Order: sequence, then structure tokens, then C-alpha cells
Amino acid sequence: MTDFTAEVRGVTKRYGETEAVRGVDLTLAPGECVAMVGHNGAGKSSLIKLMLGLTTPTEGSIRVLGGDPASAACSPIRRQIGFLPENVAFHPNMTGRETLDFYARLKGAPRRHNDALFAKVGLEPAAIKRRVSTYSKGMRQRLALAQALLGGPKLLFLDEPTTGLDPALRQSFYAIVAELRDQGTTVLLCSHALTELEGQADRVVVMSRGRKVADGSLATLRSLAQLPVRIRLTLPSDDVDALAARVGEGAALTRLAGGVVELACANDDKVGLVRRIACDGPAANIAVKDIEIVQPSLDEMYAHFLRREAAE
Amino acid sequence: MNTLLIIAGKELREATRNRWVVATTLLMAALALTLSFLGSAPTGTVGVGPVEVTIVSLSSLTIFLLPLIALLLSFDAVVGEIDRGTMTLLLSYPVARWQLLLGKFLGHAAVIALATVVGYGAAGVAMAMGDAPIGNESWRAFASMIGSSAMLGAAFTALGYLASTIVRDRGTAAGIAVAVWLGFVLLYDMALLGLLVGGSGIGVEALNWLLLANPADAYRLFNLTGFKGVSTFAGTAGLAAHVQLSVPLLLAVMAGWIAAPLALAAALFSRKQI
Repeated sequence: MTDFTAEVRGVTKRYGETEAVRGVDLTLAPGECVAMVGHNGAGKSSLIKLMLGLTTPTEGSIRVLGGDPASAACSPIRRQIGFLPENVAFHPNMTGRETLDFYARLKGAPRRHNDALFAKVGLEPAAIKRRVSTYSKGMRQRLALAQALLGGPKLLFLDEPTTGLDPALRQSFYAIVAELRDQGTTVLLCSHALTELEGQADRVVVMSRGRKVADGSLATLRSLAQLPVRIRLTLPSDDVDALAARVGEGAALTRLAGGVVELACANDDKVGLVRRIACDGPAANIAVKDIEIVQPSLDEMYAHFLRREAAE
Repeated sequence: MNTLLIIAGKELREATRNRWVVATTLLMAALALTLSFLGSAPTGTVGVGPVEVTIVSLSSLTIFLLPLIALLLSFDAVVGEIDRGTMTLLLSYPVARWQLLLGKFLGHAAVIALATVVGYGAAGVAMAMGDAPIGNESWRAFASMIGSSAMLGAAFTALGYLASTIVRDRGTAAGIAVAVWLGFVLLYDMALLGLLVGGSGIGVEALNWLLLANPADAYRLFNLTGFKGVSTFAGTAGLAAHVQLSVPLLLAVMAGWIAAPLALAAALFSRKQI
């Protein structure tokens, strides 16, 4: 008996010679928003297809909402899954309403909720009546999201949901995701846009060449990666030598443009280093105009895990 | 059952939006009306002629035109949805693959049937309003022609689905569709004629089987030899006496030409990696 929404155990998927997914273990719990990152061909979409039951694993087992998603009797499971594919082009000559009606009927979801869905994803009543061919990229993506939300899914797969959306739209997109997650929906998000995932995802899974190379919260990944924290100081004078003496061995010092000095240090040393610069010492006379602490971004961590994977 | 109807209904609606239904129906009606008014010219009169003459000329044209329309409508059915990404989406819904394929097929076959019934039916109405008395037997032959035309369309739609399922890109599917049309509609009969003229001495038995191996020929035989009045006009009365293929057999063969490609397409589709 498990409480997991989806459970992937030792799954490998081969297409002929190529291995799209290699020995992946992954669990998704209710009310969890998991981000899956990895470059093209890392196996993200293949993994989603496996969890949707579109393909069957060569090795290993998959259980989604307590059943096998690829079995003949998977209809009750699929009714509880929402999916937003990476690229989907709805029929251009159908209106937004007709499109959503069709998918609602197919899913067996009551169509009376469709208006609420349109409102939720922010499609105007006037737009609903128009044909999809007149829609902008953002409107198409909203329609695709409305489709994924049909029937109040317990498990939501979003494959590159925000590509091509403007920042305002992304914000409202993530607001919807956060609301769903708070209602107990499991959300699995694939994305290249790593920076926008910060603060959205409870957990980050890094994929590379079919393997899962890292899995954990952003903080966990940070301490795992042991990437240096960078402290940027803006100095009014060119007094770098005094600063270097103060900093000591614990940090690497680089001079950047515009009188900015960057210090790279381990995360644990950061507080001590700042204290040494600003407060300590016999002559606390190093003038610092500005101080900025830069945490390693998801991008950098991602690059780090990929480098480590490549080195192995 | 419900799922099939939902998918078929959507396909029909899309075809209506695309003007496919309207264009095909108008084309059919224009052809049928032209032939029913002018088709009797060879018999010495201009005006609405005997139904039989119309059947002969209309069914001969149908053989060329309808398979082409059916193939154009269907070659994109599977490979196009995969291209647009809607196939992945549809398959993530509680829908079995065979339901998806059959539902779409029913929708496309309905488009062809609708266009045929309305288009040719218009000619039927025109003939009914003419002065010449038309017997029950003639009407039956005309109705059979409409029905078998719809079957011919369905058979080539099924072949188009097969082409669409086999390949990975739309261009190849279109190429196969054109090849299917050329092969079955044009080259097959020429080759058969060559065989007969060349005097290679194939027997009547073998000829019968060869004719059944092509849905277009089965359709031709059904319409030109199935009814006595028609075969007189078609000049196939003599042939009709010799061909030992009965009407039920011909209908069964045409039904087989619908079911077999479709079943094969469904089998291939269920194994296809999306």
C-alpha cells in the first residue's frame, strides 16, 4: 500500500538501440509540485509518456494512482490525469468552446464547469466564441491548460508549459499551479526555464541522458552541489589589497567591472566572511558602498550536475 | 460506443468547417446534374434521359473521382494528428487506440456518404421532376449506385487510413495515397486489359478473382452488371451473362475492402510508437 500518486521503479525504456530512459526511480506524492529539468533528449518527455501509459517500460514498473497506466482497464485512472503536451495545435477551425467541449465529453467531465475553467485560465468570453486560428500563442496555451484541468485532475503533467508566454502570463500560470497544488493535486512540471521554477517547485529532479542525476528540494540540491556563494561588494576606492588581506584564504577574489569585487566562498563560510569584512578587525575602515549575496541559481546547479554526470 | 460517436462527430464537424463537405457535395451534385441532363445525348435526345444512362456515366466517373476524394480526405488522418501533437493528447484520454481510429474513420466515411447521397440525390430529384416516366427497377438501380458509391468511398478512406498509419511523415502518406489511386483506379485495369489482349490465356475463373482484387472493379461490376436495364446501356449485357459474380458476393467483397485495410490499420496503430 502506498500513498504516492505516481511511483516509477527502476524503469528503462529502449527505442531500438537508443535508451531514452535508464533505470529511473521517481515518486510523486499528493500535493507536491515537482520540477523536472534536463536538456532536450534527456528523457523527460519519454518519462511522461511512460507515466501516461502511452508507451510501456522495457524494464521496471510504473504505478499511477494505484494502477498500471498502460493496462486495458486504465480509463478510471486516465480520467484523473491532466496533460499539457509540449506542442499541441488544436484544430484551427474549431472555436475555443467547441474544442474544450470535445475534450470534456471525451474525458466524461461535466461540460457545465467549462465556463469556470475558461475564467480560471483567463480566456475572455469573447475569445471563447472565436476560432482557434485567431488565437495568439498565449491564448492557445491557456486553452491547452484549460483542457489539462478538465475534470479536476489528481495528477497533472505539464510539459514545457511556459515556452513562448510573456512574463505576466507566466505569473498567472504559476498562480494556477500553486492553487492546484494547495488543493492536493500532484503537479509534474518539465521546463528549460530554470530560473522561473525557483519558488514554484517543492522538489527538483535533474535528468540527463535518460538518467536521474539529482532529486531533492532546492536547498538540498544546493548543499549537495556545494557550489560557492558569491558576495559582490561595490568599493568606492581601489582598496582591493586591504580587502584581500581581510578576506584571507577562505574565499576567491575576482575583480569585476565598475569597481565591483566578487568573493566566492562556501555556503557555510558566507556569514563569517561578511562579518569579517564589515565589522571585525582593528580598523573597520574598508568602505563598502553596496553588498549583494548571490546564491547559486538553478541554472548553475543544473550545469554542475550535468558536468558531474558527464565526468562519471 | 459513445466515445466512437464523440470522435466521429468531431471529425464530421471539422470537415464541415474545412468546407470539405460543401466542396465535395457541390462537386458531386454538379457532376451528377450535368450527366443526367446531357448524358442521354448519345441516345439522340437532350434532356433528362433514362436513369440507366445516368447510372452508367455517373458510376464510370465515380470510379475516378470518389477514390481520389476519399484518399485526399484520409491520408492525413493519423500522421497529421501525430504531427500536430494532438495524438499524444488524445491517447492520454480514456480512449482506446482502436476507438480513436474507428471513430475518426466513421467521421470521414460519413463525410463521403453525405456528399454522395446529397450530391447524387440532387440528380435523382431532377430526374424525378422530368417528364420521362421512371420505373421502380430504375430507382432501385439508382439507389444501389448511391449506396455502393458510399461504400467505394469508405473502402478508399480505409486504404488512406492504412497509408496514414504505416508512415511517419505526411509527405510519404500523401505519396502512398496517390500511388494507391493510380494503381487501383488506372493501372490495374490497363494491366488486366493487357493480359486479356496479350492472349496469355487466363481463364474466366482467374479473371473473376482478379476483378475482385480491386474495390474499384468490384464497384464497376456491381453497377454495370447488377441490373439488367443498366447493362443494356453499358454494353455489358453480354459480359453480365458470363460473369459469375453475384450481387451479394460483390457487395461482400466491397465490405471486405472496407474492413480489411481498417483492421490492418488498427492493428498497426495499436503497436505504433507515438
